[in-house]
Amino acid sequence: MNYVYAGYGVTFVVLALYALRVLARGRALRRALPPDER
Amino acid sequence: MWRDAALVAGKDLRIEARSRVATNQVAPFAMLVLVLFAFALDPNRGVLKQAASGLYWVAVLFSALLAVQRSASIEAGDRDQLRMSGLDPAGIFLGKAGAVAAQLAVLEVLLGVGIVVLYNARVASVGLVVAACVLATVGLAAAGTLYASLAAGVKVRDTLLPLLLLPVAAPVLLAATEAWQAALAGHPGDGTQWLEILGAFAVVYVAFGVVGYGALMEDA
Amino acid sequence: MTSFTPPRWLTTALFLGAVAFGVAAAVDGLWVMGPTAEQGDYSRLLVVHPPVATLAYAGFGITALASILYLVPRTRRREWDLLAGASAEVGVVFCGLTLITGSIWGRPVWGVWWTWDARLTAEALLFALFLGYLALRRVPASPHVRARRCAIAALIAVLDIPIVHYATSWWQTLHQGSSIDLLQPDKHLDTAHNVGLALGFISLSLAFAWLLVLRYRVEKLEARYEDQALTVALEARHAEGRVEVGV
Repeated sequence: MNYVYAGYGVTFVVLALYALRVLARGRALRRALPPDER
Repeated sequence: MWRDAALVAGKDLRIEARSRVATNQVAPFAMLVLVLFAFALDPNRGVLKQAASGLYWVAVLFSALLAVQRSASIEAGDRDQLRMSGLDPAGIFLGKAGAVAAQLAVLEVLLGVGIVVLYNARVASVGLVVAACVLATVGLAAAGTLYASLAAGVKVRDTLLPLLLLPVAAPVLLAATEAWQAALAGHPGDGTQWLEILGAFAVVYVAFGVVGYGALMEDA
Repeated sequence: MTSFTPPRWLTTALFLGAVAFGVAAAVDGLWVMGPTAEQGDYSRLLVVHPPVATLAYAGFGITALASILYLVPRTRRREWDLLAGASAEVGVVFCGLTLITGSIWGRPVWGVWWTWDARLTAEALLFALFLGYLALRRVPASPHVRARRCAIAALIAVLDIPIVHYATSWWQTLHQGSSIDLLQPDKHLDTAHNVGLALGFISLSLAFAWLLVLRYRVEKLEARYEDQALTVALEARHAEGRVEVGV
């Protein structure tokens, strides 16, 4: 069962980390741009 | 289109004849690869003989990389030359790919002799071997010319091109090795399926090149 | 640049949907589902592995379609290029997950972390193709040149995928014979398994869509950032010119 947990866990963790990375990049870019509507 | 192809092929081959890069650098490199494999693998001849077809095609693949890079760098100085020459892009593609294929063919014969001599391989079915070589060469030359043109203007071209081309060429490596395996083992019948795959690859990428090379050349 | 911008409610909806279905999938996969005869508990990975594998291909598919749309002059818009790039990156993440979950599944069932069976080999090549495309995207060039170059590269790679599949599956037939296909044994899945598979697909697809929208937005921001940088640079040059002339 450990392998099963590992499989589910890896999927969740990787996707979550990737999402955070994308969101962080978005935030950094938005700050770097002059105040526009986005 | 064919006349333009012949023109471009002739030019590339003449440049090669004059500079002799293929003969002086690529061919020795290819032979060196064969020798290095012999060092790396069990010097006991048995292993080399079994692995002969795979090693052969890996050597061909590496040589193809060099040949194709060279082909793209012929116009490196002034990429607009070709575009403004008024030649049919499809013809240019066929010409460049054709020149690469011709050089590869020569290399393959050389490597083939190397395999037979150095690895003690014995070719039972010459027809299959030749067919596999022809199809694989056409496919590799076509796909390679496409990617090399794509990457030509780029500064990191030399590291980018292998990364782009090798995965795409993987099925050719697989199929050609299997076909040769069948030929070396004396079961040519097994090889037909692989020839189909090699053929499909060649058709797809020659077609893509003929249709798409023009788009590649726009404002390089 | 009037263009399609994914609305906020879409991202929230996708996120909530992915989480909701994800929880349901995990509950079904880890508790409700029972072990199967052929693979024991390991068939629970059905909920995770096949969906991520399919989505990796979907990612590349979207990249390819968007690339075509960009190349055809009549439909050419910068948005297609941005979508192609975003989809490739999300796709490569799912592709990596496919390889990892496949490996994790394979270890207890096959006894090895990796095997050269058709599906895994094809998936590994897909990963390599993705990486090449992403490397090409990082090469600096004017937006149109880079977009066109990447679009063509994407198509060259996409054309290879069916050939890879044909070659690797024939290769497997000849050499591997009968290595347990991870999915084969469970031919007659009971309801809990089917539900789990479906929930897994739905939740991961929603997650994919969510990530794609997020990544696409970032890609748009990157594009605007680049355009800004260019404008700023041009402004600076003009300013220099004015000073020299003494205007």
